[in-house]
Amino acid sequence: MFQRFAALSSPRHFYAIASAWLPWLSVLTVLGFAVGLYWGLVVAPPDYQQGEAYRIIYVHVPSAWLSLMVYTVMAGAGLVALVWHVKLAEIAVYECAVLGAWFTALALGTGMLWGKPMWGTWWQWGDARMLSELILLFLYIGVLGLHNAFADPRKGARVAAVLALAGIVNIPIIHYSVEWWNTLHQGPTVTRFDKPAAHSSMLWPLLFMGMMFILYFSTILLARIRVRVLEQEADRQWAEEVRRG
Amino acid sequence: MAEFLAMGGYAFYVWSAYALVAVVLIGNAVVPWRRHRQLKGRGGGNSGAGERGDCA
Repeated sequence: MFQRFAALSSPRHFYAIASAWLPWLSVLTVLGFAVGLYWGLVVAPPDYQQGEAYRIIYVHVPSAWLSLMVYTVMAGAGLVALVWHVKLAEIAVYECAVLGAWFTALALGTGMLWGKPMWGTWWQWGDARMLSELILLFLYIGVLGLHNAFADPRKGARVAAVLALAGIVNIPIIHYSVEWWNTLHQGPTVTRFDKPAAHSSMLWPLLFMGMMFILYFSTILLARIRVRVLEQEADRQWAEEVRRG
Repeated sequence: MAEFLAMGGYAFYVWSAYALVAVVLIGNAVVPWRRHRQLKGRGGGNSGAGERGDCA
């Protein structure tokens, strides 16, 4: 078991496995998005209150989900990096922070584009959900900044991992913000299992788009770590062999 | 088709949101792909030797 884990965490094996999986994952992601976009934009019915504007949900909610999920993945990688000093985990923290920051920016951006026509405002400072999501963006940027702030890159990676772990307190705050503080942002639509607030013809494409965002994240994270591994191990013989083809 | 594009009068907001997502997701996919090609190109032959792109 341990040997298996050790083999997987060796950069050389990671590179080989990632290279074998990436073509399939990429094709699956592109096909999945084609299906998901058609489902959400064409097949799903318009909302009885918001008309066609509600269709922003199919990119807004998955972006917001991923902004939280990527953070927990990043914190998990941070823990592995701190406890076992696994180099791949240090790389994963950084690459998660890049992607997480982008998903958070998308959640905020698409939220503004949805808020303007529905609530009449792009942004409200007093809203708990918006504010905690903005703090999440700053946390990601902080992790990226710390990673690059030290002359010794491995020290930077460890300090960044500490911030990633500490910042995890923000995750439940974001999730429950719409229940704890009754401000502008609407309550949960999906996670009310007793009686979901959305009809299944709208809910299924949303869940499907969520899955496709997860697939996209997994694919791109793998691709980004693979590049970083090849960069950092450039002097090793296996990397030289890879470059020769 | 025109009706679909009009999005019931919300065309600007809906399509801006989707365009934003498309640009970011495609951009984040292209960056590691191009960097990987560059790195591999630096190996055996001289193609692209010395070239270093930015990898945000």
